[in-house]
Amino acid sequence: MLDKFVMQHGHRKDALLEILHYAQEIYGYLDKDILTHISNSLNLPTSHVYGVATFYNFFKLKKPGSHIVTFCLGTACFVKGVEEIITAVENEFNVKRGETRADGKLSVFITRCIGACAMAPNAIVDNVVIGKATPEIVIDKIRSVLGEEKVEAN
Amino acid sequence: MKPIDLVKLAERDLDLRRSYKYRINVCCSSGCLPFGAEDVLKAFEQAIKEYGVEKDCKVARTGCVGTCSVGPAVVVEPGDYLYQSVTPENAREIVKEHIIKGTPIKSMLYRNESFFKKQRRLILRNAGKIDPYNIEDYIAMGGYSALMKCLTSMTPKAVIDEVMASGLRGRGGAGFLTGQKWTFVARASGNPKYIIANLDEGDPGVFANRTLAEADPHAIIEGMLIAAYAIGAEKGYIYIRAEYPLAITTLKKALDQANSLNLVGENILETSFNFSIDLRLGAGAFVAGEETAILASIEGQRATPRPRPPYPATSGLWGKPTLIQNVETLANIPIIINNGGAWFAGIGTPKCSGTKCFSLTGKINSPGLIEVPMGTTLREVVYEIGNGIPNNRKFKAVLVGGPSGGCLPEEQIDLPIDYESLTKVGAIMGSGGIVVIDDQSCMVDTAKFFTDFCVDESCGKCVPCRVGLTKIKEIFERIMRGEGRMEDMNLLEELGNYIREASLCGLGQTAPNPVLTTLRYFKNEYVEHISQKKCSAGKCFQKNEEG
Repeated sequence: MLDKFVMQHGHRKDALLEILHYAQEIYGYLDKDILTHISNSLNLPTSHVYGVATFYNFFKLKKPGSHIVTFCLGTACFVKGVEEIITAVENEFNVKRGETRADGKLSVFITRCIGACAMAPNAIVDNVVIGKATPEIVIDKIRSVLGEEKVEAN
Repeated sequence: MKPIDLVKLAERDLDLRRSYKYRINVCCSSGCLPFGAEDVLKAFEQAIKEYGVEKDCKVARTGCVGTCSVGPAVVVEPGDYLYQSVTPENAREIVKEHIIKGTPIKSMLYRNESFFKKQRRLILRNAGKIDPYNIEDYIAMGGYSALMKCLTSMTPKAVIDEVMASGLRGRGGAGFLTGQKWTFVARASGNPKYIIANLDEGDPGVFANRTLAEADPHAIIEGMLIAAYAIGAEKGYIYIRAEYPLAITTLKKALDQANSLNLVGENILETSFNFSIDLRLGAGAFVAGEETAILASIEGQRATPRPRPPYPATSGLWGKPTLIQNVETLANIPIIINNGGAWFAGIGTPKCSGTKCFSLTGKINSPGLIEVPMGTTLREVVYEIGNGIPNNRKFKAVLVGGPSGGCLPEEQIDLPIDYESLTKVGAIMGSGGIVVIDDQSCMVDTAKFFTDFCVDESCGKCVPCRVGLTKIKEIFERIMRGEGRMEDMNLLEELGNYIREASLCGLGQTAPNPVLTTLRYFKNEYVEHISQKKCSAGKCFQKNEEG
């Protein structure tokens, strides 16, 4: 599928960004094999392709968890206290921002502004936007997508 | 399609629009969709069917009305009754009471009447009124008539003269005279010429361009076409953030429809004018909005800026003359052509004509997307349109111009919004973000937040920005650990000024603004953090206290 797309773009080197976008769309992320494959088919140095892929935040270079929570760290969300929610989620689920939990079930990502600033603070749990979020709402939502029960603190 | 067919199409669609007694506009933009706008739209469609009022009442999917905090928003015409936080159940009630009985349901209406009073909606003229997925809706409102006027009765030079006379300045932030930019590209030698519509709205806290694209995509396309005719370009790109899926879908649909009506493509309106438009997706790099970085990104490279000259006007995409304009600038063009440059110059202030869209957010009662004439004061925006600060908290600062803007204190709140006034006090127009900050926020923490952002987003090419901002970040970290020294304040200022003067591009040149303005207007907070290791807003030193 990817090769066909590359062909449609006539193996043009300047179509690299479109090709990376497309590859991420079909594979979900861009690992070393995919990047090497793209560099071969465009006849570009792998270092160049890797350089471009790492430059842009949108491209994921590691396999993300099966569930993803993304926090908006735009200005409006910052002013409205999204930091507290992120910290609460990190502590609750034992996973740091930008990382995937050891069991591969949950990733926590940060994005700079999803543009829903009037509803700040915002979190996105598996593609569902939660506006006017609170730590409780987000933690409950993550629990429900993970299918986990609440663990009562001692 | 011939020009006369466009006129006929416009008349037909306008007649169709007028044949309905009521029109229910359901906002389905990114602000309202997560809160169930799609279900509300369906509920309205079903309700008018059930009550048998389909012939009298049209239900339409529209873009943003502006009141993004009370979505889903629904507007009933005539009378522009704005219903807030509408549920599918409400939809049935509205049809029953408002459409059938003719009595608007007062308890469900949007409560802040002053939100629209001080606004003047030119760029957002169609936002919330037309279906962005339907080109005929745009044509019915006079869409593409400006393009037709240019192609059938104006020379390219006459178009540029009109834009020059309007005094329109670039809305991307720098405020360069649009007419002048067009003249440069028109005169530049080299073929083909390109146009880039910049929709890489990377500023966190800003969503004006996205909303425009979602609500009225054809206004951007028509503006591009007119610019292309004026400067002699044949190919255009809309560079848009990949994080804006709905805006991308909307623009794709709009381009397909414009292509099929021969408004984009070859021999447009059966003239000799050709212009094609492609979308290019950004990939989450703030610096890509900078005009030389955007060129690199479209060419498939890392988005790093390069020194100017040569300016993109003479050597842009693939070394060819290129006009780069923010989409909001382009959306102004059809209005200028239809109403005349002199008319446009009469709006706003003598040096800054026209209106400007702002996303108004933060600690404010009525956040949303607004459009005001240039010269409107910050006080009018915060207290009249935005209806003040919630929970009786105290106003502390207003951040104008995104992460590289300035934090302005209460003393500056009567400042008129225009390029020069904002620059004078250390802020910038930027891409149009106004974030209101109350006394629960710490200004040192806020300045640190923006510095962290700019460190992340610095492309790393030039030393002042790459190293300088990291040094500023380290000083902030030191202050937050309780190890700050009084001379750090001078050091921050010195570093900030160096970065501002020595950086290669707009990102570095404006990145120290939040630090410099907070030092200028909120020095007491820095002193408190350094000498007393205390934060009155209660944001910083929390871990220290617990430990």
